[in-house]
Amino acid sequence: MTGGGILYGLIGRLSMHSLPFYDMTQDPTTTNLINGSIAGFAACAVVLGAIVVAGLLTYFRGWRPLWFDWLTSTDHKKIGIMYIVMAFVMLARALIEAGLMRAQKAWGLGGGFLTPDHFAQLFSTHGTIMIFFMAMPFLVGLINYVMPLQIGARDVSFPVMNSISLMLTAAGAMLVMVSLVFGEFSTGGWFGYPPYTEATFTPGVGPDYWIWALSLSGLGSTLTGINFAVTIYKERAPGMKLMRMPLFTWAALCTSILMIFAMPPLTVATAQLALDRYLGFHFFTNGFGGNMMHFVNLFWMFGHPEVYIIIIPAFGVYSEVVSTYSGKALYGYRSMVLAIMCIAILSFTVWLHHFFTMGQNASINAVFGIASMLIGIPTGVKIYNWLWTMFRGRVRVTTPMVYAIGFMVLFVLGGMSGILLANPSIDYQVHNTVFLVAHFHNVAIPGVLFGMLAGYHFWFPKAFGFRLNERWGIFSALCWNLGFMLAFFPLYALGIMGMPRRTVAYNQPAYVPLDMVAFAGALVIGVALAAIVIQLLVSIRHRDENRVPAGDPWDGRSLEWSISAPPPEYNFPCLPEVDDRDAFTAAKEYGVAYRAPKEYSDITVPKNSATGPLLGAFGFGSAFGLVWHIWWLTILGALLAVATVIARGYARDTEKTIPAHKVKQEYERWLRLVRATAPVTRAREASPVNQGLADQTALRESS
Amino acid sequence: MSRYENFDYPGLNLGGGHGETHDAAKTTVFGFWVFLMSDAIIFGLVFATYVASVHATAGGPGPKDLYDIKSVFIETMLLLWSSFTFGMASLALKYRHSTPRLIGWLLVTLALGLAFLGFETHDFLTMIAKGGSPERSGFTSAFFDLVPLHGLHVTAGCIWLLALLGQVARYGLDSRTKLGIMRLALFWHFLDIVWLAIFSVVYLAGLA
Repeated sequence: MTGGGILYGLIGRLSMHSLPFYDMTQDPTTTNLINGSIAGFAACAVVLGAIVVAGLLTYFRGWRPLWFDWLTSTDHKKIGIMYIVMAFVMLARALIEAGLMRAQKAWGLGGGFLTPDHFAQLFSTHGTIMIFFMAMPFLVGLINYVMPLQIGARDVSFPVMNSISLMLTAAGAMLVMVSLVFGEFSTGGWFGYPPYTEATFTPGVGPDYWIWALSLSGLGSTLTGINFAVTIYKERAPGMKLMRMPLFTWAALCTSILMIFAMPPLTVATAQLALDRYLGFHFFTNGFGGNMMHFVNLFWMFGHPEVYIIIIPAFGVYSEVVSTYSGKALYGYRSMVLAIMCIAILSFTVWLHHFFTMGQNASINAVFGIASMLIGIPTGVKIYNWLWTMFRGRVRVTTPMVYAIGFMVLFVLGGMSGILLANPSIDYQVHNTVFLVAHFHNVAIPGVLFGMLAGYHFWFPKAFGFRLNERWGIFSALCWNLGFMLAFFPLYALGIMGMPRRTVAYNQPAYVPLDMVAFAGALVIGVALAAIVIQLLVSIRHRDENRVPAGDPWDGRSLEWSISAPPPEYNFPCLPEVDDRDAFTAAKEYGVAYRAPKEYSDITVPKNSATGPLLGAFGFGSAFGLVWHIWWLTILGALLAVATVIARGYARDTEKTIPAHKVKQEYERWLRLVRATAPVTRAREASPVNQGLADQTALRESS
Repeated sequence: MSRYENFDYPGLNLGGGHGETHDAAKTTVFGFWVFLMSDAIIFGLVFATYVASVHATAGGPGPKDLYDIKSVFIETMLLLWSSFTFGMASLALKYRHSTPRLIGWLLVTLALGLAFLGFETHDFLTMIAKGGSPERSGFTSAFFDLVPLHGLHVTAGCIWLLALLGQVARYGLDSRTKLGIMRLALFWHFLDIVWLAIFSVVYLAGLA
């Protein structure tokens, strides 16, 4: 074997060329210097970030707690928090990329500063990250934290599988981050259409990073969907009938069902593309009987339900937020549930509207166009229900409400442009222009992202025991709203003026002013993100004056507010009995909240398990080997992963028992604290006197 | 008391006599059914790819040139009998026949599964020798996506079965082993049903 052969066997395709600043050193033109510096800076940020985190962990002796309290934890609450931390990290990266792209467009008349290849990588990673590693982890994290508490459960049905899902998703996210340091990411967009992404046209590592990042996180999401659906069907507290579940839990159920049925097409599409690229199959190639339309169909059979996977949990958050901060039961609960279910079913019938222009006949386009417009009906029902919930309520304009109100206005606009695009003849005119970019950001940002951020502010005090700073919160929410409008409304006009999407530069001077406005919007969004970071730091510093140990800072309506903040590991000292919708509000009205149970019993909770982190690590290793053709690493990772799963089958000592007397002691200490806490009226909700006990006297007098 | 007593999830129920295992199965086995639904979607889509690609032979060999019905029929028989023997194992589990009997049925199932895989591998090699390798055309690609995917599932089932036999040897028939056997049983029967679809859609339709 030659020296080169041995080296290839060891490190595969990796070489000096894989480093992002290598080209710049070989061929130092101005363009190469700028692009190499940006890429090199990003790579350094990843490496330095990792070093700083490792250093801090070592300095604060954090490695043991990190492993024993967090990474190996099977507690749904901790897993939820880890998901959301990941979502915020990835949000920051994808937002920086968005800012770069807007800057390129603002100065893109006749060139700009980015190479086409670099620009293509930016929009591919931006889309991939925002969907798979920001929106998905955020919503899965929120559901993980909140849903078991809302249904009165001790945990999800399969806690270890929950940890596996998290770690597989994290492995996918790591792969996207590592692509900044070694090699490049795909230039084929977040949907990776072949034949462009086939080995013939893109032989590099980019599409391979994309394929394996999506495969890992897609597998994690499938398992998550199964886990959540089974939890909601099987783990509800006594009396928690389906039609008594909080709307957020209904949203979680719908999203889980969509995950179970919609992730498989993605798995099939990426697996077949991988077979094409690695083993010379002909699924989507130009010749030999391949057909790229198969990929397009498979991808959007996943891709369209995916849109609803990410928006429906946000609808759930808005339902909780609007009803809680209006001090009213949700208007039209039954129609809300029906509407969500209709949307879930219709979401499988519209995938073709993503490619109206790709050759079907007019009749097929018409069918899918009408199906797409139909989704507007249940969505409209939901908007009316939220409005009627606010109507004659005592609305408190808190941070989550700023997001919710912004959502109701902006989402309707985004939905309207969606109805326009659902008409194939209009779609023909504006497809592949930035009009479309404006449309889906108009539903994704005010819809999904605002919803996730509203949920973050709403449940943060439950998870950490103190409220977030309202002033910074509202400032950030307003910046998000303003920044979104500045950044994306001009794109509607630019789209109608014919500006193509995914194109690095243009030669039409009329685009410049509007692109400048959009860039200003991106800056405002940057301020919004900075404000959220500052808010977190300020809130942590002032945590002692904002503590809400009694656990109910917003006069909440569902069961998660009936326990301490943060909740104990086992959630409920004894499983609650439910006999109404808005179970906790009912308990407060009847004066039966905060009561000690007659007797306590031992509680079993799952023990920690290293299965999840190990599978994540082996999955990452195997995937990295696949990307770089380091076959020994691929095989080793796969074998170790299988061995880990088999070894887990032999585990028997998987649960620990918390004795009844300890539960009693903890719970009664908390009950004493609640009795010593002064109840607050809603008028003083945002002040330090709010320690998490809601004043019910006003309510009793009026009733 | 009706005959549906203790019928708490689809499939063979262990029954209340098995105490906490039966209760745990309500969640565990239900969860596995949900997983099978998701897996069924994967197979459905791969079937769809096959049906849409069956004529995309690109001048290469087609179904009639490549399939050997005799071998496929033997494979079908092996798999159907393995489903029967796994059924006997499940009954031995439910009615607490002796553990050696249960292990015996599982070993017969494993042998049939391995024999199936042997015949199938032979089929694949023959097809490749006849010029029907996966990189030949859209049709052969789709074939080698669908049928080996099923074979891969059977392989996973065999490994799982071995792992469970190890668990029985180490822990006897405790709750977790029982739950494992019940889920593997579902998986095994599911693969049988998928095979029937492959037999009909791929082989019978291809040779008709």
